[in-house]
Amino acid sequence: MVVGIVLISHSGPLAAEVALLAAQVGGAGVPLAAAGGAEDGGLGTSPDLVAAAIAEVDRGDGVILIPDLGSAVLTARLFEEERVVVADVPFVEGAIAATVSAGAGSPLEAVLAAAEEARTFRKL
Amino acid sequence: MDTAFFTAWIEESARRVAAEKDWLTGLDAAIGDADHGTNLDRGFTAVVQTLAAKEPDTPAALLNLVGVTLIRKVGGASGPLYGTAFREMSKTLGDDAEVSPAGLCDALDAGLAGVQKLGSAAEGDKTMVDALAPAVRELRRALQEGAEPREATGAAASAARAGAKATIPMQARRGRASYLGERSVGHEDPGAASAAIILTALATVAAR
Repeated sequence: MVVGIVLISHSGPLAAEVALLAAQVGGAGVPLAAAGGAEDGGLGTSPDLVAAAIAEVDRGDGVILIPDLGSAVLTARLFEEERVVVADVPFVEGAIAATVSAGAGSPLEAVLAAAEEARTFRKL
Repeated sequence: MDTAFFTAWIEESARRVAAEKDWLTGLDAAIGDADHGTNLDRGFTAVVQTLAAKEPDTPAALLNLVGVTLIRKVGGASGPLYGTAFREMSKTLGDDAEVSPAGLCDALDAGLAGVQKLGSAAEGDKTMVDALAPAVRELRRALQEGAEPREATGAAASAARAGAKATIPMQARRGRASYLGERSVGHEDPGAASAAIILTALATVAAR
């Protein structure tokens, strides 16, 4: 079993870098895609990029969408269904926690719970 | 109101959004990310091009196409929000070729409900809901009192503009401006402003 993860950001480079970081920390075996920025590469969110990213990481065990803010959140919510869930979590920490959990073969609910725990994780 | 009426509404909305593009972006520069006018203009321009290529057969099909196109092309938060509004409106209309004034009111109500659900926004949060909600209420009141569509949509547009102006002293609780806290006070919400523009376009077309 492997849950897919899509990072949705207002910024293309931000989503791509967080995806790199999460893959490095969480293991490379997790289907992880970045869908950041508008179609033209500027700031914004592209539903077409999000749809393609979901299709890319979906292995049949569910997909977690992690948005950063604004249009990323609203665009993510357009794709909500039974096996595609939006995680209301910190973008960087949530992405890493979800990737680690998905890499361990956890089911969708457990990956979501792991991402949500990142919200209360203290740094100091 | 037939498909041609709704097409005219969308074209008038596109014309007004293009004319007010810089003003909307300026409002967004004060409390957001300075792209609302540009984004919405891009979306409506794409909508007009799509409709010019092939006009759908029914009001419902037209509004659904408008919604889908806005979601795909706007690029900012207003894309999913307006896109959802038009798609939820579409769902209430079935295959009817003609929409009654009461049917239009129900459709707008469904569009408002879709926006509120997607954005988790209520009146007073300093969002487009602050223009849309009073407009739908005013439209229903006017129609129930027997007003003609041109008067009723005119009253709704006035309520939307008043609702948008009433966002100026509000502190944002939803959307990008909510990150600014008290700094969001003193500025008109760009989403409420564009919602008032789109409802003013509706009244303009209804008065023709």
